[in-house]
Amino acid sequence: MTTQNVIHAKSLDLTFQTNDGPVHALKGVSLDIERGDFVSFIGPSGCGKTTFLRCMADLETPTGGTITVNGTTPEQARKARAYGYVFQAAGLYPWRTIGKNISLPLEIMGYSKTEIAERVARTLELVELAGFEKKFPWQLSGGMQQRASIARALAFDADILLMDEPFGALDEIVRDHLNEQLLQLWARTEKTIAFVTHSIPEAVYLSTRIVVMSPRPGRITDVIESTLPRDRPLDIRESPEFLEIAHRVRDGLRAGHAYD
Amino acid sequence: MRSALPVLTVLAVIVGIWYLAVAPMNVRVALDQAERAGAQIVPEGSVPRREVSVWTLMLRNSDHVAEGYALERPRLPTPAQVGQELWKTTGAMIAKGRPWSKRGLIYHGWITLQSTLWGFALGTLLGIAGAVAIVYSRTAQLSLMPWAIISQTIPIVALAPMIIVLSSQIGVEGRGLPKAIISAYLCFFPVLVGMVKGLRAPQPAQLDLLRTYNANGLQSFLRLRLPASVPYLFTSLKVGIAAALVGTIVGELPTGAISGLGARILIGDQFGTPLAIWSALFAAAVLAGALVTVLDVVQRITLKRMGLV
Repeated sequence: MTTQNVIHAKSLDLTFQTNDGPVHALKGVSLDIERGDFVSFIGPSGCGKTTFLRCMADLETPTGGTITVNGTTPEQARKARAYGYVFQAAGLYPWRTIGKNISLPLEIMGYSKTEIAERVARTLELVELAGFEKKFPWQLSGGMQQRASIARALAFDADILLMDEPFGALDEIVRDHLNEQLLQLWARTEKTIAFVTHSIPEAVYLSTRIVVMSPRPGRITDVIESTLPRDRPLDIRESPEFLEIAHRVRDGLRAGHAYD
Repeated sequence: MRSALPVLTVLAVIVGIWYLAVAPMNVRVALDQAERAGAQIVPEGSVPRREVSVWTLMLRNSDHVAEGYALERPRLPTPAQVGQELWKTTGAMIAKGRPWSKRGLIYHGWITLQSTLWGFALGTLLGIAGAVAIVYSRTAQLSLMPWAIISQTIPIVALAPMIIVLSSQIGVEGRGLPKAIISAYLCFFPVLVGMVKGLRAPQPAQLDLLRTYNANGLQSFLRLRLPASVPYLFTSLKVGIAAALVGTIVGELPTGAISGLGARILIGDQFGTPLAIWSALFAAAVLAGALVTVLDVVQRITLKRMGLV
């Protein structure tokens, strides 16, 4: 086991016991994520991509195999506040202003008042929401709310960002814009990002590595290294290189599928 | 005030029906009175009249129907009579400089209000404490919830005298405390049910989020469950305070109390003064309306401040 690996999973199994019998959400999943990687997980519903992310976050407990986060158990990593988690729904607290929502983790972690104010201002700047600190969530659009929830995950200095379909519910144009911003943010903060998505273009555009997964049982069918440069303007998506990778992802998805 | 029109329409309809109902309700008393005063009534004598329906009586003695609207001890007083009685026992008392007279409803209303507020405070506290226990402990949920439901199936009228007797046995003076207990008994349930729902309102993802921050139980309670339950709390409080008032009045009824709106209702019944009953009844309704309105205003202000609109 190499210590620079941020996430190290080996033959990970997770079986849910349900009334209809056991469900194999993850079976024999092995993966290493290195520091500074941007890894996307793509696959059809039920392929275990979210479950895998939740295992990293210690929100699910695997039933077999090993997983380490920053070289420790996921539980230790969670207690050390090693990661920020962005959920599919922004999930901002409606009774807190945007600023107060971002200060929520900081309050819980016991930061001082001046430091909270300073960090809230800084992260709002980072997600281009400066000036919206005093607004309530309902006064913001869906895209802005999701940006605020990313700011909330960035407010404390976790090196890892776990994102579970954060832009899934947003329209194409907003999504493009947020994808672009996310890449800039990743370049600036040098975080390690694990990103679950349904969208092939999104996965290819964002990632250094694309993990293709397949359901019943949830497993990894392909890991595709991106050959795209780190600096990616939006129109890179029309380049032959991009389309080539997208094609490979699509093939991988098809191979793991028994629909047709 | 666009919302006032439907309310006033309904009110007008109720008052209209009420006025119409006064004639048949009071016709027998009115005819008895007219006959004693020497008028010719068909049929003669109050006993034979019992065999005849009120509608026939009204048809045959149409001259005397109007007298039913001005009886001293009517079966059903008119809204105007109730209004006069209410004024006589409240506003007129203040005008005479004796607002706290024991013949006035201000005194009795105050007695009832005190017990209601104590009962409300006690019931709310118990309801919230119970809800917290139920949400956080499965044992409490399994053991507490059935009893809370059973408690509401016991008629409070049966329980009230026992509470009074038992509390006097342990040396509690006066009726304030037992009345508050009876009131709390009715009030805690809506608060408990509402708060259980409110404290469970957060989405699983919101709870997961706090877990990723490694938040402790108190932090997630104060920062998530409690604020999420506030809208539910206010809804419950409004039901709860009305229940607390009913509880207090019931606590004043079968217990030989001599002060309080409930006591006025009972005494009015025993002494055959329906006007006293009706005015006490309306005083209780006004009091309930005022209490619920106060809570409603507090709710609006609080939710607006919380950004929940």
